[in-house]
Amino acid sequence: MQPLVLNYLRAKKQFPHVWCPGCGHGVVMGSLIRAIDKLNYNKDNVVMVSGIGCSSRMTSYVDFNTLHTLHGRPIAFATGLKLARPELPVIVITGDGDATAIGGNHFIHAARRNIDLTVILMNNNIYGMTGGQVSPTTPYGGRGSTAKMGNPEHPFDISELAIAAGASFVARSTAYHVPALDRLIQQALENKGFSLVEIFSQCPTYEGKWNKRGDAANMLKYYKENAVPVTSRSKFSDEDMKSKFTIGVLHKIEKAEFTAEYQKIIERSQAQQKMNKLSSEKGENGSERKKQVKEETSTKD
Amino acid sequence: MPERVILMQGNEACVEGAIAAGCRFFGGYPITPSTEIAELMSEKLPQVGGKFIQMEDEIGSISAVLGASVAGLKAMTATSGPGFSLMQEGIGYACMAEIPSVIINVMRGGPSTGLPTKTSQADVMQARWGTHGDHFLITMAPESVKETFYLTIKAFNMAEKYRVPVILLLDEAIGHMREKVTLPDYSEILIEDRLTPIVPPQWYKPYEITTDFITPMAAFGNGYRYNITGLTHDEMGFPTNKENEIVSTMNKLRDKIMRATSDISDYEALYADDANTLIIAFGSASRSAKEAVEYLRAHRRKVGFFRPITIWPFPEKELNRLIKKVEQVYVVEMNQGQLIDEVRKVECYHKKIVGINRYDGEMITPNQIISKIREAK
Repeated sequence: MQPLVLNYLRAKKQFPHVWCPGCGHGVVMGSLIRAIDKLNYNKDNVVMVSGIGCSSRMTSYVDFNTLHTLHGRPIAFATGLKLARPELPVIVITGDGDATAIGGNHFIHAARRNIDLTVILMNNNIYGMTGGQVSPTTPYGGRGSTAKMGNPEHPFDISELAIAAGASFVARSTAYHVPALDRLIQQALENKGFSLVEIFSQCPTYEGKWNKRGDAANMLKYYKENAVPVTSRSKFSDEDMKSKFTIGVLHKIEKAEFTAEYQKIIERSQAQQKMNKLSSEKGENGSERKKQVKEETSTKD
Repeated sequence: MPERVILMQGNEACVEGAIAAGCRFFGGYPITPSTEIAELMSEKLPQVGGKFIQMEDEIGSISAVLGASVAGLKAMTATSGPGFSLMQEGIGYACMAEIPSVIINVMRGGPSTGLPTKTSQADVMQARWGTHGDHFLITMAPESVKETFYLTIKAFNMAEKYRVPVILLLDEAIGHMREKVTLPDYSEILIEDRLTPIVPPQWYKPYEITTDFITPMAAFGNGYRYNITGLTHDEMGFPTNKENEIVSTMNKLRDKIMRATSDISDYEALYADDANTLIIAFGSASRSAKEAVEYLRAHRRKVGFFRPITIWPFPEKELNRLIKKVEQVYVVEMNQGQLIDEVRKVECYHKKIVGINRYDGEMITPNQIISKIREAK
């Protein structure tokens, strides 16, 4: 029996992939495919939109409707696509630089709108595709090819940023916690609204090299040892947490979703159109019909 | 809807034309002097089941428009100078990935923030070469409110037919001017839709090199799973670094437009047969130029008039035919001289070509044109 992921890959055409040995992105791709499979989505309906960077190369490899866009813009493209065809599940594949540096504006505004997109953000704290420059999530003092003396800037906490901006579902995981990642992505896909799954995904080639973090196995070990499930957070002091991070569902709220709200605008506009047309019709007949239409449309809301 | 007579603004005519052409998606960001287009779209699109979104900036606007077009809707955005600058990366993507889209640029004075409330025609070259890399697209400029209605429809028809971004250059004067317009019965308007694949999905090549270089386009979610990328791609839409594939993709993008200029190009010529002097103008400046031509004709000057309606591709062949017969050429434009270089390309400096320019934010006047031509004598 062939592995399940092969049913979803453009295996014969697009491999070998561009990812380095030890990169975490392939693990994330596996989790995403398993989550989609669990939900029984029709491949013809799934839309996957990505930006520019290592993580964004994923769109070439999976057998869906795939749109590899501009640096920083996948969420904006996905916004137009989702609003045009709300019935299609739209997944955005992005990275820390793509989503929170060049694409930061689109990221926070899509979260604010609570548009039904599932954003899979692979955070490796570095620009991998261009050769290891610091990113908005490189820690203070961390190193990269544009900060050889240590990063003088402070990083974003991407999950907190999404929560503050208004996302209705935010989860964090790592390339080590694979079964949990499968489930978190599935939950994110099921949420009607802006959902973010931030995944710490190791880059041994650049992040590991510049910061002397060892090989991929060592970096995965770091994730294993420093991840605190959000349910166990209370067991740790704030001091302890400075070197650790939480994983799991960090945030989930009920909030009206943008494309569903827009559908109501369409219905209201069309009802008003009808009313206006009837008002211009003279005589008792017109006003009676107007009453009827008013009753019909008021029940719709 | 039967024929209607309406007093309307250029920006309003643009919205009417767009909806008549089948536009069902608008993504935009407020900017003077184009804002009325967004305001009207937010009101009118939902009435016909279309979608409107005010994005966070102009980069987001063009991106959302391209996303909606990939999903199968006819989509457009409207902006002005500074926003048009931000949209250039999206316009390049639309050229490379062959995504039909319409971009309205209601020109204002520049560079930078420039003159938000005043008129200008200084984005002629940006419309052609604003985004990086070799690329081919279509640009048109209307001279009246009525023509704005018809050219907006043509913009959608061309965008859909050739899978290309089409830019409509309005300017503040045209956008905000009110004129009487007779809108036709919409059922009489010719509407073109993009070709969609008739082959089964397993045979579909999203960027196949066809004889006319136009490839049918499947909307996402319709059973044809394929890849779209801004990277130089092969016929299947996947990134390529092979020299022969790069060249055939680049040639496809050029030839689908440049071999169809007889279908795309449009121009207007007046009194050109016996003229010894030719006045060339486009957009709002051509209103003053035409007035000047009429005046000079009434004073027995053999003046002819040429107006490119399609600016890119520039109607070279048509102008070449006319320009051969005249001794002197004047190019009237509300900028420091942009279209004049295209005219020089056609005539290679053999004739005396003089620019008549105005760039203080006000309309060029017939008097300014007449006195300049009289000076020359």
